[in-house]
Amino acid sequence: MIISQLKPLDELQQALAEFDKLFLVGCAACATACKSGGEEEIFKLQEWLVTLEKDVTGSVVIDEACHIMRAARDLRHHKNAVQSAEAVMVLACGSGVQSISSNVDKRVVGGLNSMFLGNVRRFGHYEEMCSLCGDCILNETAGICPVTTCAKGLLNGPCGGMKDGHCEVDADIECAWRLIYERLQSQQRQGVFARRVPPKNWSRRRQPGRYQLNKGS
Amino acid sequence: MSRLSEQLSRGQFVVTAEIAPPKGTNLAPALAAVAKFEGITAVNVTDNQGANMRLSALALAAQLQKAGTETILQLTCRDRNRMALQSDLLGASAFGIENLLLLSGDHSKFGDHPDSRPVFDLDSVQLLDMTAGLMMGIDMAGKPLNGVPKFFPGAAVNPAAEPFELMFQKVAKKVDSGARFFQTQSIFDRNALERFMSAMKPLRVPVIAGVLLIRNARMARFLNENIPGVQVPDALIERFDRTADPLAEGLAIARETVDLARGLCQGVHLMTLGHEGMIPAILK
Repeated sequence: MIISQLKPLDELQQALAEFDKLFLVGCAACATACKSGGEEEIFKLQEWLVTLEKDVTGSVVIDEACHIMRAARDLRHHKNAVQSAEAVMVLACGSGVQSISSNVDKRVVGGLNSMFLGNVRRFGHYEEMCSLCGDCILNETAGICPVTTCAKGLLNGPCGGMKDGHCEVDADIECAWRLIYERLQSQQRQGVFARRVPPKNWSRRRQPGRYQLNKGS
Repeated sequence: MSRLSEQLSRGQFVVTAEIAPPKGTNLAPALAAVAKFEGITAVNVTDNQGANMRLSALALAAQLQKAGTETILQLTCRDRNRMALQSDLLGASAFGIENLLLLSGDHSKFGDHPDSRPVFDLDSVQLLDMTAGLMMGIDMAGKPLNGVPKFFPGAAVNPAAEPFELMFQKVAKKVDSGARFFQTQSIFDRNALERFMSAMKPLRVPVIAGVLLIRNARMARFLNENIPGVQVPDALIERFDRTADPLAEGLAIARETVDLARGLCQGVHLMTLGHEGMIPAILK
């Protein structure tokens, strides 16, 4: 899921300075799961806005805020509350914020910073394991992604900063290449070590991404 | 043919040193420091060393080559994508630079621009492959070059890295990708160097051992905490703690490492960090 966290309150206060009436939008998917934009966080946000003497005209937690048409439908159901607000404040990832901003003619204030596509280790502990590069190498690397979990995204083995099998950037993190090496060894295969991996095809991650199921990318 | 490649191919023991470009445009101190080097085959010019922004290594190396000093241009993948790397390599060749040390580069986190976006479009193995391609007259897009560069590409290695086999498979890839010499991280451990050199033997690529002049215990501890790939053993730090003259102790340690390298390696790379005047004493 997309891991997001609340922006610093002083930054939000500044972003809201010119508005007195706000409509609030949360997301029932990722932002609910990682406790940044579900019912509970929308309620807390409302309490905080009251301390700033702002009016909340209404709120909705959209099933998937990234679904542009569904967001439009849910906002239509709250048409009057949205219309009476000066701005719409969104607790969802950047995708969710843009679904909303493309569906309302009000100013939209995003309340979260979107961080990464995250795996859940346990409640409240998230780890990035895939960076959506469009050119997956996992079948050769024993199911461990060096593009994401190596701090430098190296494709041909560890850098010179590996220290006792740990990462130079964060000594608490095991070197991705050590993990790949050990797992390939336990599977008794060479995998990615059998060849020099050529430079990555970054054109597969061209920005902005577009994909249509029936037409391909 | 560069002097470095010539001396290495003749089996002569080479000595390299290094200079960092200035933070700013004043080249005079760097040029003066290099002028004081004695008995050096070639001078490494570092590339935003430790991820600290400085004047372009290519610009300083070009000036040094013009002044008659043979350089080893360091080039990292941290700050440039594959187009910029190729451009800089062609530019280096146009300035008469042949020796290269091709690196991944320390992560931006360690330097003075920790908020910058690290590039790492290529890794060091791919950078070596690309350089080999340029030397054959084709760029990464497969297009022919009008004027083909001559390089003597080298790579870096940390002989003491663990796990050893994992580190060494990358060394082997670098050799396959055209590394003609290695310069190592600072050496402090005889056993680690011996193990590495015996693994290197069948590859027949010369190794230039890194020798760092440590000035005192504080510097040693700083290196251990802040410089990736450098690990000063506790036994050496204790030698600094015991002595009344730490600089003399550092000199003694550097000399011991040079002696070790004379028996095992094909050269030494001296990192004196402002104490260039001590180079003759280290080599004595």
